[in-house]
Amino acid sequence: MATTSIEKEDAIHPGRPVVVDRYNLGARINHWVTAISLILLALSGLAFFHPSLFFLTGLFGGGQEARAFHPWIGVVLFFSFAGLFIRFWRANLPEKSDREWLAHANDVIAGNEEKLPEAGRYNPIQKFNFWAMSLLIIALILTGLAIWDQYFYGWTTIPQKRVAVLVHSLSAVLLICIWIVHVYAVIWARGTLRAMTRGSVTGGWAWRHHRRWLKELAEHHRFKKPAAPAE
Amino acid sequence: MEPSPRTATSNPPVATAATAANLGERDLVRRSASTVPPPARQLEPVAKLIDVSKCIGCKACQSACVEWNDTKPALETNTGIYENPHDLTPDMFTLMRFSEWENPQTGNLEWLIRKDGCMHCEDPGCLKACPAPGAIVQYSNGIVDFVHENCIGCGYCIKGCPFNIPRISKVDHTAYKCTLCSDRVAVGQGPACAKACPTHAITFGTKEDMKRLADSRIEDLKSRGYENAGLYDPPGVGGTHVMYVLHHNDQPEIYSGLPKDPKVSPVVNAWKGMAKYVGFAAMGLAAAASVLHSAFAGPNRVTREDEEKAEDLVKEKI
Repeated sequence: MATTSIEKEDAIHPGRPVVVDRYNLGARINHWVTAISLILLALSGLAFFHPSLFFLTGLFGGGQEARAFHPWIGVVLFFSFAGLFIRFWRANLPEKSDREWLAHANDVIAGNEEKLPEAGRYNPIQKFNFWAMSLLIIALILTGLAIWDQYFYGWTTIPQKRVAVLVHSLSAVLLICIWIVHVYAVIWARGTLRAMTRGSVTGGWAWRHHRRWLKELAEHHRFKKPAAPAE
Repeated sequence: MEPSPRTATSNPPVATAATAANLGERDLVRRSASTVPPPARQLEPVAKLIDVSKCIGCKACQSACVEWNDTKPALETNTGIYENPHDLTPDMFTLMRFSEWENPQTGNLEWLIRKDGCMHCEDPGCLKACPAPGAIVQYSNGIVDFVHENCIGCGYCIKGCPFNIPRISKVDHTAYKCTLCSDRVAVGQGPACAKACPTHAITFGTKEDMKRLADSRIEDLKSRGYENAGLYDPPGVGGTHVMYVLHHNDQPEIYSGLPKDPKVSPVVNAWKGMAKYVGFAAMGLAAAASVLHSAFAGPNRVTREDEEKAEDLVKEKI
């Protein structure tokens, strides 16, 4: 179970400080395509969600344009997220230790990470975000197709479309909430963002937040030059 | 109350004074995705009365509608029924629907012909569902109209409508339906369909007059054995500005699926009501929780000690 925590791109660069590769270029591009799609979808979708936000359609060139682009961006997001899912689903499988980690909710919020069980590549909150995002995106694409009148009008009945549009809006709200938590967590845990920009984190970051992942990497001798002699 | 421009079946002389300004911005009582000031004046509510018992299914109303609105419904193939086109389309705002119904009481086959089209609900589901400011408006005389330059083609009106009326054009991606000839009504003319109807099955006037006319028709129908004859002016949508006289008002469904108790779907109400408040509250809470956590817990920084621990681990394992 524990070894599933390591992805093939993960590697330790010994030195001062230690640097640990976490996301390769493909994963980072994949992530940012997803992120940009999601932001564009939130902006155009919120414009249709409430009249007070309708002005956001201006960012897309107008109401007609926002209405036309939104589902296509959704298709991009779906496939892009599918890429992330294929990359990361194994590392996000729940483990026995997750339960204990979650039992220390107070320490999580307070940032007392030394009191928590050592986390693997992802901690339980990250895993929850991953699976919640996955399920919500599936719900959004399915309900989105049901209300994409341009191409799929005949696929569903009007009562089904009503349910679809309600589920679509509520799923989108939940997804935006999770997105807010995700973005905040990156800001809160300083040194996280570089994992998705430069692709690496410092050894201290890994030690503090994902100690078991770091230990497993070291255990499996996932070192990169200039570490070779010790192999 | 201001007299509403009206006609019954003939064209009155077009009033000269207040015509241009009729049915303008100041006559709006509702505007989609926006709030409007109370209208400057209250026009007298109008209505179109469709007496199904008088209809002979000639489709003059359809032709008149096509002619006045300058639409070009596609030619379709005959599939063995009289309906043509086979459904309302962005180019066909009204449609004669034919159904053959065997009356279980009399054993008679009754040919029920209903002119389908927008009912101009007092409580319009389309307008409620519409996200585009000003794409759907309701005038104080009861007419619900689509404003195409504001329409974004999302199809939410289709979901809001309890009668399955609006259709989105594949050409200009905006929604179309019967306007109750608002452009004619604004200048003192009746709707084109009413004008064209050869049997006076379609009449147009104030809602009050039309209800009175309906009463006399219903009385006549009852005297002829249609004991369930009645006026279809469904209260679930606040009443409508297109009403039917039905010989079998107890079972409107037999008229090609006219809903018995139409109302805006509770799903649509939840989507347009609760979902918005809950949605904003949830997103607001997530953001507020983040800000508060940031204020109270402060950043979670990697310490020098963490880095050293990591360096030691690596040195040990390498």
